[in-house]
Amino acid sequence: MDNFDSYALFLLVVIPMAGAVVVMLIPGALKQQIRWVSSAFALSALLVSFYVFWAYDHEAGGFQFQRTWDWLAMPGTGPLSDKAITLTLGIDGIAAPMILLTGIVMLTGVLISWKIADRNKEFFVLYQLLLSGVFGVFVSLDLFFFFFFYELAVLPMYLLIGVWGSSSEFPTFSRAKEYGAMKLMIFLVAGSVLIWIVVMAIFVESGIGSFNLLELQNVTFSDNFQRVFFPFLMVGFGVLAGLWPFHTWSPDGHVAAPTAVSMVHAGVLMKLGAFGIIRVGILLMPEGAQDWMPVLIGLGTVNVLYGAWSALGQTDLKYVIGYSSVSHMGYVLMGIATLNSLGVTGAVLQMLSHGLMTALFFAVVGVVYDKTHTRDINVLEGLSKRMGFTAVLFAIAGFASLGLPGLSGFVAELLVFLGLFQTYPILGVLGIIGAAITAVYILRLMAKVFFGPLGERWQDETDASGLERFSTLILAGFILLVGLFPFPFIRVINTGVLEILQKFPEAG
Amino acid sequence: MNNNFLLLMPEFLVTGLAFLVLTADFFLRGDRKNFLPYLAVLGLIGALTFTLIDQWDRVDHLYEGLILIDGYALFFKAFFLVLGVIVVLSSVEYVKRNLDNPGEYYGILIFTIVGMMLMAASGELLTAYISLELLSFGLYVLVSFDRYSAKSNEAGTKYILLGAFSSALMLYGISQIYGLLGTTRFDGIAEALSATPDVSPGVLVGLVLIIAGLGFKVASVPFHMWAPDAYEGAPIPVTAYLAVGSKAAAFALVLRFFVEALMPAVGDWQMIIVIMAALTMTVGNLVALAQSNLKRLLAYSSIGHVGYLLMGVAALAAVGDDGRIQLQLSHLASNGLMLHLVAYGVTNMAVFLGIAVVYNATGKDDIANLAGLSRRAPFLSAVMAVSFFSLAGLPIFAGFISKFYLFNAVALQGLLWLAGLAIFTSLISLYYYLNVVRQIYIEDAPDPTPISMPKLTVGVMGVLFLAIIFLGVYPAPLMEAIQHASDALMSSESPIGLSQALR
Repeated sequence: MDNFDSYALFLLVVIPMAGAVVVMLIPGALKQQIRWVSSAFALSALLVSFYVFWAYDHEAGGFQFQRTWDWLAMPGTGPLSDKAITLTLGIDGIAAPMILLTGIVMLTGVLISWKIADRNKEFFVLYQLLLSGVFGVFVSLDLFFFFFFYELAVLPMYLLIGVWGSSSEFPTFSRAKEYGAMKLMIFLVAGSVLIWIVVMAIFVESGIGSFNLLELQNVTFSDNFQRVFFPFLMVGFGVLAGLWPFHTWSPDGHVAAPTAVSMVHAGVLMKLGAFGIIRVGILLMPEGAQDWMPVLIGLGTVNVLYGAWSALGQTDLKYVIGYSSVSHMGYVLMGIATLNSLGVTGAVLQMLSHGLMTALFFAVVGVVYDKTHTRDINVLEGLSKRMGFTAVLFAIAGFASLGLPGLSGFVAELLVFLGLFQTYPILGVLGIIGAAITAVYILRLMAKVFFGPLGERWQDETDASGLERFSTLILAGFILLVGLFPFPFIRVINTGVLEILQKFPEAG
Repeated sequence: MNNNFLLLMPEFLVTGLAFLVLTADFFLRGDRKNFLPYLAVLGLIGALTFTLIDQWDRVDHLYEGLILIDGYALFFKAFFLVLGVIVVLSSVEYVKRNLDNPGEYYGILIFTIVGMMLMAASGELLTAYISLELLSFGLYVLVSFDRYSAKSNEAGTKYILLGAFSSALMLYGISQIYGLLGTTRFDGIAEALSATPDVSPGVLVGLVLIIAGLGFKVASVPFHMWAPDAYEGAPIPVTAYLAVGSKAAAFALVLRFFVEALMPAVGDWQMIIVIMAALTMTVGNLVALAQSNLKRLLAYSSIGHVGYLLMGVAALAAVGDDGRIQLQLSHLASNGLMLHLVAYGVTNMAVFLGIAVVYNATGKDDIANLAGLSRRAPFLSAVMAVSFFSLAGLPIFAGFISKFYLFNAVALQGLLWLAGLAIFTSLISLYYYLNVVRQIYIEDAPDPTPISMPKLTVGVMGVLFLAIIFLGVYPAPLMEAIQHASDALMSSESPIGLSQALR
């Protein structure tokens, strides 16, 4: 392995962090320079993540780009206690597309945030810190650092939402941005309380004195242990993945957040939850996973239907997208819970696909909100007459979301459904019903907001700026790419999924 | 009997420094008194250098084991001296603006450092008691140092009354132990305790009284009532010193006392400490939710942290699956305790320094007075936000790794539920820390004039800021020093040989 490869993953974590430090050192008055520096760092992170995805050898499989640095010893805890905590990095076929997704969303998020003028230095510092955490989770093969980066990805959210977010007013109630931010933080950290407990329990139970996942996966935990602690993980990570009934932070948080943060949060951060269930839950506790999957699949189904149903009733554009995220994350959870190769591959592809399309959704909604200063569906009418480009981009995201063939959502959802029919045919039908409801609220929304007769108030609106066009086009391009040529992605994902599923001798 | 008094040289040096500062105060007039803290800092740094060079790898004892010289004592001596430097430096501006008699302030402060250094080195209960009183008497004066402020006087009075009460409890406990076991030396106590399988009720009473007395000093529930009042009334740098220094010193003593003297009776006291820890962190963090004064908030938050530290004491030895006590000393628990002490100390110093700056500018120290601080003093705000995140135990800051390490040590000793409770209370703490951060960053300032800070304050703050992040990202070097201290505490080569008693 040549030299760059062994540093590539480390670079992914360090580039955003270095970006944060560099931006911190620039005087706050140089707003334009701050933007350029941030986008330079985001671009280099994207290039590295592109390279990593490209160079991942799907025929060889396994964890690649591995590298280990010793970090801390915990003497007397087991045979490996001299290297209890190591910074071990590596990716498999599941993490590779997630890294690509993170790179794409990071850059587009920076471009979309170009307009932020108030304290944009602090914004980009926190934003890059957040992304560093996200990259870190995807590349960590050490339970301590996995958790470290997981918490790091949560930490900046409070300020990002609280300072740069927006409050919403409804006829009967209002949601302050501080409320959304605090709710999100408390929910997510409560989830990580459960994860932290399991991390400690795993360390104690294994008795090997190491947090390294590569070592821990060779330890067989007793059935009883797995049965007791898997639900902790499932709920802990599930909170971040928007698992019903712990999803309520998600619409409130996403609506309150500024555009780029919604994009990252709904697009990438929620994926960390699902990724955690696979990476830690299924890898270390396969028996526990098998026992609890019926529960997860049940909750996932509720997610799909409840999220879609709630989205139907919303009057705020962002709330619609927020609930739609809850609904789509349901497919991810259902797919994981099938524990067969089709379903899990579909779930991971759905993570990629949903990440792209929800980022696009929030970007487009952000553009609309910037122009019109409202997100109320009852007020917005026929915007396509003035904002043609925006309308088309919204349509692309919408069609991807309802599963139109040729776009990324179709392939992913198809795989999930096929997986479901292998194991739980009835739930597969319910899932398809969910997709049908999605079609209803997306099409209704498009008809009303974009393609109806133009509302009086919106005569003078202008379309998206060049930068906004550029960043949304990147996202739309990838949605098309995944939809038309899914094979290179499925190939990589499937390698990773098959390896995980080897933990289950009887399943395929 | 060969008493090498040179072994006490670090303490002599620091005591001499205190007298020097007090004397210099007589001869300096007016503005020249501003020179005093720098004299103190230079002296402390000198003493620190000497201590490190002289006592590196030295294992010895004085007065037949009344005072122990080992890696453990060295670690804490170094910690206290560094802490002293930070406290003096962060006092400069505050003392200049708000307090009279800087000479006495710094002189007494340095005397208390001697007390702390001796606490970490005591190998016997009465020596420990006297060192503790040396620290406490200094603190009584310092807490009420702002003599025109009613609050400061009230705080001082409460602190003295309850402090004296707790000292009395502790003395009674010590006399009980001496009466029944015939010794006050740690190794003697351990030997006597392990000679009989059952601990007699009288000894137990003595033990409980000592624990209660020490509980007062560290402000653990149910002996915590004095803390919020004392914290609120004391001058801000003294509050910081109270929160960090006196606590660290008390834990230095507790750790040695429990490991070297009480380990054979672990079955009798472990449950007491576990319950105290659980109560302390729950009550501290819950009551903190209701505070509106920043210093009171931090008082309760520090009570919460005492709960975590007590867990470390409880986790020193494991109780086996069959209900029998396994005499397995956990290096991990003592490591975790010391690491958390350092991380908590560094972080709290940064927070209190920030509060002092705000107080100097606005004259108030309520949470609401921080509103819009991020526009008035961006650097100060960043440091304070980072500190609060560190106290809440979020990465990449010192508080995360220290909590992780400590909680993990507790879980390893079969106390997973207690560690779980600790994590949960630390979630509660996140809520009130975030509310402070919200004032700083989200609310608008009623008075948007920028707050200017003296260069010295900026420098100290920058160092603390970097330390918080450095410890959080790369704790290995500090961990090595801590491991060394733990080894010294628990090894059979400890100066008076504790471990024969265990075997």
